[in-house]
Amino acid sequence: MGAHGPATQGLMRWVTTTNHKDIGTMYLWFSFAMFIMGGAFAMIIRAELFQPGLQIVEPEFFNQMTTMHGLVMVFGAIMPSFVGLANWMIPMMIGAPDMALPRMNNLSFWILPPTFLLLASTLFMEGGAPNFGWTFYAPLSTTYAPDTVTFFIFGVHLMGLSSIMGSINIIATVVNLRAPGMTYMKMPMFVWTWLITAFLLIAVMPVLAGLVTMMLMDIHFGTSFFSAAGGGDPVLFQHVFWFFGHPEVYIIILPAFGVVSQIIPTFARKPLFGYDSMVYATASIAFLSFIVWAHHMYTVGMPVAGELFFMYATMLIAVPTGVKVFNWITTMWKGSMTFETPMLFSIGFVFLFTIGGFTGVMLSLAPVDFQYHDSYFVVAHFHYVMVAGAVFSMSAAVYYWLPKWCGKMYNESMGKAHFWISFVGFNLTFFPQHFLGLAGMPRRIPDYALQFTDFNTMSSIGAFIYGSSQILFLFNVVRTIVAGKPTSEEKTWEGAEGLEWTVPTPAPYHTFSTPPEVK
Amino acid sequence: MHSQARRLFKLALSPVLLLLGLLSTGALAEEAQRWQMNLSPGVTEVGAEIYELHMIVIWICVVIGVVVFGAMFYSVFTHRKSKGAKPADFHESTAVEIAWTVVPFIILIVMAFPATKTLLEVYNFEDTELDILVTGYQWKWKYEYIDENGENVAFFSNLRTGKTEIYNEDGKGEHYLREVDEPLVLPVNTKVRFLVTANDVIHSWWVPSLAVKKDAIPGFINETWSKPLKTGVYRGQCAELCGRDHGYMPIVVHVVEQDEYDSWLAGKKVKAAKIKSLMDKQFTLDEQMVAGKTVYNQYCVACHGVNGEGGIGNAIAGSSIATGDIYGHIDMGVNGVPGTAMQAFGAQLNDVDMAAVLTFQRNAFGNNMGDIIQPIDVYNFKQGQ
Repeated sequence: MGAHGPATQGLMRWVTTTNHKDIGTMYLWFSFAMFIMGGAFAMIIRAELFQPGLQIVEPEFFNQMTTMHGLVMVFGAIMPSFVGLANWMIPMMIGAPDMALPRMNNLSFWILPPTFLLLASTLFMEGGAPNFGWTFYAPLSTTYAPDTVTFFIFGVHLMGLSSIMGSINIIATVVNLRAPGMTYMKMPMFVWTWLITAFLLIAVMPVLAGLVTMMLMDIHFGTSFFSAAGGGDPVLFQHVFWFFGHPEVYIIILPAFGVVSQIIPTFARKPLFGYDSMVYATASIAFLSFIVWAHHMYTVGMPVAGELFFMYATMLIAVPTGVKVFNWITTMWKGSMTFETPMLFSIGFVFLFTIGGFTGVMLSLAPVDFQYHDSYFVVAHFHYVMVAGAVFSMSAAVYYWLPKWCGKMYNESMGKAHFWISFVGFNLTFFPQHFLGLAGMPRRIPDYALQFTDFNTMSSIGAFIYGSSQILFLFNVVRTIVAGKPTSEEKTWEGAEGLEWTVPTPAPYHTFSTPPEVK
Repeated sequence: MHSQARRLFKLALSPVLLLLGLLSTGALAEEAQRWQMNLSPGVTEVGAEIYELHMIVIWICVVIGVVVFGAMFYSVFTHRKSKGAKPADFHESTAVEIAWTVVPFIILIVMAFPATKTLLEVYNFEDTELDILVTGYQWKWKYEYIDENGENVAFFSNLRTGKTEIYNEDGKGEHYLREVDEPLVLPVNTKVRFLVTANDVIHSWWVPSLAVKKDAIPGFINETWSKPLKTGVYRGQCAELCGRDHGYMPIVVHVVEQDEYDSWLAGKKVKAAKIKSLMDKQFTLDEQMVAGKTVYNQYCVACHGVNGEGGIGNAIAGSSIATGDIYGHIDMGVNGVPGTAMQAFGAQLNDVDMAAVLTFQRNAFGNNMGDIIQPIDVYNFKQGQ
């Protein structure tokens, strides 16, 4: 194994690096920075909603906050964090020396910081940042948009470019660089979920690019794709957006499935139950994600046949998703469990994600959705799957692999405190939002009628708790890197399986220069 | 202190309240209540059906949740290394895996039947008795009662809550943000068809108690219907993000007895006829100043100030528009300035009121043009556009 380190030192090491571990690290830090920024926007939203009336911000700025919170969290925090994880772990899990396309890997990362700088800078421009929601429905985002929408469009193009390059790289790596003997059906679940996610990304990012290009044309070149006055169709915008947008939510959640499928067997000291069915379920979810998009649009006035099709197709998703949940629980069943921080976050994930799944089934039923749609019930639902899903699993992943990455052990008590504070804060934030939605509170409003006060106050308190728990997380990670207890055990966790646990700890700069033999 | 303690007590009790909320079918009032945790069945048959479906699915989820989470937590508490549990080594079972694919599938089919039935009911437009065109504007609703003789009655419905309440300078009223200047009025026990569209961006017309939510999309006319079975006041608001004041475009519906509705509608028609008759009248400056002041105080004062000194909007006193060309001034009133806070008032104000307020602006606050704008001038301007 090559023992040498980076070719250059200092800042240029990071700018020019083609090393998957360096790039993975940069992705992870970048996404955490975005997580803090998106979180700060959320804190402003919750502070304004603490009481009825306008106290802190004006409605224009509130709309910019909801928009930027969504965009930054989805495209800046969650997606890059899993790409970072993929960079670090996929080569080490399949016994590859690096990613297949290292220079492209460097480019796909370095596109992101300027892109988000550009997006964040719109906050200080005349007319303010994008204010039309992260779903940017036309014509609010075209004819009626602030001028900064053009920067937003450019930003989306760049993010798409970065994602597509990242996905090509992951597919090329998994297809070509698996160690001898590592057949597809022996790949770790995390690799499988990322392979499928990468195909989803390549399929839908161009659709998003087409969509924003049509917006650009409408705004600057006089076309009327989405303007009814010119013969265009605002509903078409939504169809195209959700054709991208629904697979997008699985792009976010599938790698999270992969992470917990790695962690639960480790701490249950028992192999993952139903590996094959896990793979098939992931593939089924990916397929179904392409034919359910209009369940986001039950109220746009589709004909009843369309409503029925999308309702039935959407309900079907519950089947493979259920299979996954049952598999995780059966993996725990009759195991020999311990509850270190990664396991706590993974169990938290299974519990809370399943609640999000239940509300998902409720939302799939078109006639009832007429009451839920665009209400806080939806906000609660997707935060249960996105935050308790993606963010919890990401936290689990960091605690799980951090000792391998830096050769130091994090503080377990602090990690557990992070979990429990997050868990309580998260539920206090989002569970009452179900009630708000059912009682009739629409989403994306800066101010509300008096009967919604109590649950909003609760929700804001919860949000502040959840938000502060992330500072504990940051502190624990930094403390580990700087002053954690050194560990050189190859296998940090007693029950861990997989090639990443066969390399030295901390993982050297180059691993698997000679491919391992997988039996 | 006492009320704070009560609040805390209620917070602590909220999980119990949740269960009570879920259990109490139909006990909820039509208006959203404090601490309301569940959907309301509302005052329509469809609403009751939706509510029932919602409860069925919740209970199915609760049962599945108890089984699944029960198994998980049993395992978490029992199969621990600290209790000496040794790991079993099973990792697949075709029979079990087929079972937990098929059983959820069957449960879904069970849910699909009532869902389909209710959906078809929502889409059943037979025998509607009254048509109302609902148009979303940034940020208000327009209602137009479609009359077979062409005598449509139309009006705008604006938020009535004042800025001082929103900015916490005054106490908030009982129906804070859910009160309008002119509510929609519907006859009870009548199947009303709503034709829903929008003038600018997408809005969504949502009244939970009437079990109606439909997107208002420019260039499209969507339809939906409701048949309220109980008189009362039902409130809702715009559900689709539509720009700055998305949170400030409420919907208030008064459902009244048929005869009350008839006399309300007749009154509206008389008023419309009166305005029509005034169209040809030549008003004097004094008449226009009196009438114009009333309109000004209702529509203009918030932005342009009591003395025309400006504020959010430009000053009217000494303004080049109010002291300039008459048609330029009419244009400003009718079309506004797109993209700014100055709205187009051409559809909101009738020609009589528009003529009066413009005349007032030209002759008040030190402006002294001496000219009079007549309703017919406004009418002709609109026709010539």
